[in-house]
Amino acid sequence: MYQFNVYRIGPEIKLGAVDISFTNASLFMVISSLAILIIFNLGAKKKTLIPDKLQLLSELSYSFVAKMISDTAGLKAKPYFSFIFSLFMFVLFCNMFGMIPYAFTVTSHIIVTFVLAAFIFIGVTIIGFMKHGLGYLKLFVPSGVPIVLLPLIVVIEIISYLSRPISLSVRLFANMMAGHTMMKVFGGFVISLGIVGGWLPLSFSVALTGLEILVAFLQAYVFAILTCIYLNDALNLHH
Amino acid sequence: MLKKIVILLFVTCFACFNTVFAAESGGMPQLNPEFWISQIFWLIITFGILFIVLTKVILPKISDNLETRKSQILENIETADKQKEESQKKIDEYEKIILDSKLKAKSYFNEAREKILDDINKKRAALEKDLDEEISEVEKELSDLRNKSGEKINKIAAETSADLIKELIGEEVNSSSIAAIVEDQSKINKERKDV
Repeated sequence: MYQFNVYRIGPEIKLGAVDISFTNASLFMVISSLAILIIFNLGAKKKTLIPDKLQLLSELSYSFVAKMISDTAGLKAKPYFSFIFSLFMFVLFCNMFGMIPYAFTVTSHIIVTFVLAAFIFIGVTIIGFMKHGLGYLKLFVPSGVPIVLLPLIVVIEIISYLSRPISLSVRLFANMMAGHTMMKVFGGFVISLGIVGGWLPLSFSVALTGLEILVAFLQAYVFAILTCIYLNDALNLHH
Repeated sequence: MLKKIVILLFVTCFACFNTVFAAESGGMPQLNPEFWISQIFWLIITFGILFIVLTKVILPKISDNLETRKSQILENIETADKQKEESQKKIDEYEKIILDSKLKAKSYFNEAREKILDDINKKRAALEKDLDEEISEVEKELSDLRNKSGEKINKIAAETSADLIKELIGEEVNSSSIAAIVEDQSKINKERKDV
């Protein structure tokens, strides 16, 4: 599990009593953010009628995320476009940079995904209460439920609502960690089975790499689309 | 057999797993809170900067690009449509002009032909009239001549026969009787000719 270790890069930085040293995790966060900024800045710089490759890439990502938001949360979610876009891109790039051998996967740490998910959860809740006031609590009372079942349903709804940040964060973290661990295990098989039996796990490893790249994209997409769905609940409130 | 293979595979897998992770220290590094605060801090900073720069600088540019492209494409399509309409109008005009000029040419041709035919007919009629007049004049003259020629011939014949008789007999014959005989003879001749 060495690949998940966090270690300090450079000197120890302390803010009061807390340690905020620059670590390999911070390094990959910075790399991912910088990569996003550089790619999209280059893509947005030219304003030609017929786009070149980078411009096409950035514009396709833009319309992809815009379509995802308008499909799931409707037109009301337009002010939150840039947040969901940066969220999707950040998670996607962190996942993808994690696929490079010897790289650190930022999203394979529960604390990172949990902070993102908790921020989304709190933000969505605040938006919900701002839009609907106390009427937002109607989210926990589905319509058309028999009065006898109502207390039970409300409790279940509240639990499911409160477990959203946990499920959102654990889904991403567990997927990334499981994928990388699996690759590590198969890599270990290749070494221990040697030249005779190592070919089978090696081919598995190759296949898993492809699968992991798919998962890296898919999990970023799922993370973003779940955010859109939560946002939809807060904005439109039809349960 | 199959069971044995499966069990063997499991055992090897387990053995490998043990050897791979034997050197690892226990527990997941993710649950070690030593660098949690640092990760949160750097996450907020990097994601915050990313979010602000994307929102303020990059995304407006991209959306501008998309909008201008969309509007420009629509504009181009519009102008293309307009030009197409115009060219269609021009083609229609051109065809109309050609049709008109064809009709005009035909009417000119017909007019000219009628004029010429009229002229010809008029001239022919005048000519025919002239000819008829002349012919009738000539015929009249001819018939006059013919009518007169009979009398003259008879007169000449009577004179000649009187002269001949005078020469032959030496005696004057009554000219009126000779004229009567000549007349009779010419009548007989005429009848013979008619028959």
